Amino acid sequence: MSTVPADLKYTRSHEWVRALPDGTVEIGITDHAQHSLGDLVFVEVPDAGRVVKAGEACAVVESVKAASDVYAPIAGEVTAGNPRLAHEPEAVNTDAYSAWLMRLRPAPGALAAAEFMSGADYEKFLAAEG
Amino acid sequence: MGRQTPLFRLHQELGARMVDFGGWDMPVQYSSQIGEHHAVRRAAGVFDVSHMCVVDLKGARVRAFLRYLVANDVAKLKVPGKALYTCMLNAQGGVLDDLIVYFLTESWFRLVVNAGTRDKDLAWIRSQAGAFATEVTERGDLAMLAIQGPQARAKAAQLLKPADAQAALALEPFVGRELGGWFVARTGYTGEDGLEIMMPAEDAVPAWRRLNELGVASCGLGARDTLRLEAGMNLYGNDMDENTHPFESGLAWTVAMEPQERAFIGREALAAIKKGGSSKKLVGLLLEDRGVLRSHQKVIAGAAGDGETTSGTFSPTLERSIALARVPAGTGERVQVDIRGKLLNARIVKPPFVRYGKGLVGVTS
Repeated sequence: MSTVPADLKYTRSHEWVRALPDGTVEIGITDHAQHSLGDLVFVEVPDAGRVVKAGEACAVVESVKAASDVYAPIAGEVTAGNPRLAHEPEAVNTDAYSAWLMRLRPAPGALAAAEFMSGADYEKFLAAEG
Repeated sequence: MGRQTPLFRLHQELGARMVDFGGWDMPVQYSSQIGEHHAVRRAAGVFDVSHMCVVDLKGARVRAFLRYLVANDVAKLKVPGKALYTCMLNAQGGVLDDLIVYFLTESWFRLVVNAGTRDKDLAWIRSQAGAFATEVTERGDLAMLAIQGPQARAKAAQLLKPADAQAALALEPFVGRELGGWFVARTGYTGEDGLEIMMPAEDAVPAWRRLNELGVASCGLGARDTLRLEAGMNLYGNDMDENTHPFESGLAWTVAMEPQERAFIGREALAAIKKGGSSKKLVGLLLEDRGVLRSHQKVIAGAAGDGETTSGTFSPTLERSIALARVPAGTGERVQVDIRGKLLNARIVKPPFVRYGKGLVGVTS
């Protein structure tokens, strides 16, 4: 069983979004996603300053098996990529919800317009996906 | 739903993630692919390879048939039980499959061919066998386990009665023999020592459970792929196929052009290629930048031209990415690989990358 913390928001492409006190958001991949991918061996995160559109591929997580894109859940400007993951990609497997990939300053209005799932909805979504 | 081996339910019970492989539902991993990989490099692991196809060839002229059918020369097989790795070619020199031939008796040889090529291979072999009055029998009644790793032989021998165990431990590399109703061979696809055991289907589940009790890790096809790639072993369909010949697939060592009078399928095509020199070669790549090589990435070899990776992965032993790539014959030591539009530096190395648990290529990190 994968864990789904109730205090985060979720996307259909299995990213989680955490609102930070300074108005930025932290983005990672869910426990379900890391489990599906298997042992991660390489993570490529975006550089600070990069401006991304909603749905744009902006990070890559690679397991032994395959490479997968991670999409920006909302438009905004990257304020940081997690430097820890360059030498410790397996941190995503160990704790997907502390191993964030990037922080983003949402474009004006982007956060309000975003259609995220709650933890409960994401769990239902996973169950329906089988 | 695909075809299932006699171990299918056990794989599910053990929590394996199942995937389609050549039309078969096979375990790709049980818990951690990297953990399973290390278990084989450091201790012992067991793989279900029952999807591979065992074919028995019988008849008075079976040796003559095989000398014609495959590119390596079974005349090299002089001691019963001895195995030979070879390609089976079409008339153009393209690789129909790679396989192992066991010499059992002068009228009985056994082949082990790939799962994905089973039907094609059987049809081809049957179409050629008639002229040699050779009987072709698919042994669907057998399961096959590969037990691999430095401790594999000692553990697997405990499945056998004491006298048989002693005989199994005495097997030379690339030799097999019938022991207690099983065919036990000192072969594998991981670059480690080990055994491959063909057994009646009903024996497979108890054997697997006993191996687990002995501390042998259940391993999936994911680890099998990283192990074979570290060992520099080709995967049919990735690194060679009907459209590539052995000389551009790192398999020249498996082609016996001598003696010259031996006629075999593909010989004339290969002789012509050899005369002109192969325009391409299969090499090992070690990625020097961070990233992961995968199959079908473009390899840029400067003036020599471009090539392509045929298999790529992250090597758990080297903690680097490695690949096999088909590149122009004139390619030097340094190349670049296009990974999602970025050009990363890689070095050409001679496979294997890893043998018997040790990295063989100079890695500076």
